Amino acid sequence: MNAKVIVVTSGKGGVGKTTTTANIGAALAKLGEKVAVIDVDVGLRNLDVVMGLESRVVFDLVDVLEGKCRMSQALIRDKRVENLYLLPASQTRDKDALDPEVFKGVVRDLVEQEGFSRILIDSPAGIESGFKTAAAPAEGALVVVNPEVSSVRDADRIIGLLEAQQVSEIRLVINRLRPKMVASGNMLSEADILDILGVKPIGIIPEDEGIIVSTNVGEPAVLGKTKAGEAFMATARRLKGEDVPYPKFEEDRGFLAALRRLFGGA
Amino acid sequence: MKRGRSKETLKDRLELVLAYDRAQIPPGKVDALRNDLLEVVRRYFPAGNSSVEIEQRGDMVVLMANIPLDEPPATGGRAR
Repeated sequence: MNAKVIVVTSGKGGVGKTTTTANIGAALAKLGEKVAVIDVDVGLRNLDVVMGLESRVVFDLVDVLEGKCRMSQALIRDKRVENLYLLPASQTRDKDALDPEVFKGVVRDLVEQEGFSRILIDSPAGIESGFKTAAAPAEGALVVVNPEVSSVRDADRIIGLLEAQQVSEIRLVINRLRPKMVASGNMLSEADILDILGVKPIGIIPEDEGIIVSTNVGEPAVLGKTKAGEAFMATARRLKGEDVPYPKFEEDRGFLAALRRLFGGA
Repeated sequence: MKRGRSKETLKDRLELVLAYDRAQIPPGKVDALRNDLLEVVRRYFPAGNSSVEIEQRGDMVVLMANIPLDEPPATGGRAR
């Protein structure tokens, strides 16, 4: 993706926006980019805990917007990955403390003054002002979608709103896919979702208990060895323009495929 | 409940609901339109099982009315 400023959004809550932001942010930093991840969910911040940086929060985004601290004071450097920084949301204020125009200015400073090569903005759920503020500075969007009815419907709505806000590069991150259910025809496949939403995926993340473990300990999965972590890493590579093939998830109902499944093959 | 290929059902449902969402038309309104249309058509012809639906055609959302006439009896074999 050419977009330097990317909003991670979904409409529906609980589909994995924050996990996606944390992991793709960490993956991009691992791949050599200077990355800032920004939590815009004012009042319900979570990117700090998912990344395991909660104990280091002193200042937040609203403090920066109101000029109460310098940008460098609010940015938390992740010591595990070089060039990864978190700008946390305020936990005590409400969403009205965020003005889209002022937020745009802050993001512009991060790129132009602080030299960040990629900004990932973790959007709040919903389609109201919080989402609109999060999307205001974005040139691109990652729409996180689960292969189920309400998530796909909400993703369609969000895609329409992003297009209306002139966000030009929109890609899907299909999260929590269960390859076995796709194989048995009981879950939408990547191709089905592309068909329905008309937006190309850039990442397919399998359902993985490893993600729960990694968030339990506050370490992005891309820093360890899990299936989902690998899939997030591959997503980040694609985002950088690399041609990384997808592992084979497509439905395959033949006898041999059934045998292969039975014996644990891919 | 039909298991096994439930994603096909989901796909059909999603395609329909998204077409209504995108056109910003409540499905109930189309139901009322179907009844009105049928009433008018029946003044002229005997009409049977009709379907009036919102459908996605590429970038366009179209209103599709399919009204088979009862003479000869509808076989149900006609596509769309």
